[in-house]
Amino acid sequence: MENDDLIRAEDFCVYHNIEYSFIHSLEDSGLITVTSVEQATYIPADEIQKLEKFIRLHYDLDINIEGIETINHLLQKIEEMQHELLLLRNSVEAE
Amino acid sequence: MDFVDYYKTLGVAKNASADDIKKAYRKLARKFHPDVNPNDKEANKKFQQINEANEVLSDAEKRKKYDQYGENWKHADQYEQQRHQQQQQGRRGFGSGGSSDFGGGEYTYSSEDEGGFSDFFESLFGGARGGRRSQAKYRGQDYNAELNLSLTDASTTHKQTITINGKNVRITIPAGVENGQQIKLKGYGSPGANGGPAGDLIITFVIKNDTNLKREGNNLYKNEDLDLYTAVLGGDKTIDTLSGKIKLKVAPETQNGTKVRMKGKGYPVYKKEGEFGDLYVTWNIKLPTNLTEKQKELFTELSKLSS
Repeated sequence: MENDDLIRAEDFCVYHNIEYSFIHSLEDSGLITVTSVEQATYIPADEIQKLEKFIRLHYDLDINIEGIETINHLLQKIEEMQHELLLLRNSVEAE
Repeated sequence: MDFVDYYKTLGVAKNASADDIKKAYRKLARKFHPDVNPNDKEANKKFQQINEANEVLSDAEKRKKYDQYGENWKHADQYEQQRHQQQQQGRRGFGSGGSSDFGGGEYTYSSEDEGGFSDFFESLFGGARGGRRSQAKYRGQDYNAELNLSLTDASTTHKQTITINGKNVRITIPAGVENGQQIKLKGYGSPGANGGPAGDLIITFVIKNDTNLKREGNNLYKNEDLDLYTAVLGGDKTIDTLSGKIKLKVAPETQNGTKVRMKGKGYPVYKKEGEFGDLYVTWNIKLPTNLTEKQKELFTELSKLSS
């Protein structure tokens, strides 16, 4: 499999020194998407940044999958609210 | 350079156990970790302070040194050398005339590549990588930059090259970015400490309006003058938009302040190619001035007809 946009999950786990089961759990809870090709699992390149963040949360801060799910959800909400705030601020300034 | 109370930073007592320190660090790290506080400079700074405190207090050797010298940390190495000299003199016997003050020597501390640790830490421990592998690795600081764009420039997807710390970074700016919107370029920030990842480069767009259009999200608004005759009888009016001139139909008997919506003629929607907001034109009807006698007569006639 040669594709610049996919990273072999096994290689990724070795590089970050993490267990494959962690990636599997993240996928199970819908936090990341992985692709299977010929019995091997690959991680799309655009999921890496998100995945590395989850690794830091889990391994550096001891947060379990449920906690990561909650944090991820709240971060998304914060991002939406920050964007809304930005739009409102610009709208007020444009008055 | 001020003394840094690492116990206070972590909120633990001086006699706290290694487990207490670990717990306190984890608790604070969860609160201030950059991943859970995106774009929060204060949290980022606090996180680095916590990390530094943990670096010292979770390492038995460093903690011992820190506890031993406390606020006299500035003289730590001088004390060490003096003690060493005294020990040697003791072995040789008295009367060798050893100096009794701590001055005279020059002490150089390593401070290379230790992004994130305070000068206090550097002085006391000579750098996080001073021969010992540090426990906590953490990402470097984020760099912040502002990029000025005109409203017209921001309406098209284009590339720009910016220079950050001597490095040229070519970025694609998608059409439709908002004023104040930030994009993050991963890994273009300060290098990480102890093998941690580099920080990010956060670019904030500052958009200056170079048009007579008002932008609200993806919609654009403009006021357009309309002569009385076109307003009363109807007709065409050519107006300027971001994508060029457009001929607009004016309905007969158009009232002053009437707002017309032009679907899809507004601002591009961010990262949604081919999608645009709407353009709202508000008619500002201009009454004729400097009327001729003939015009006055006709208006009088009109006035009589409508009364």
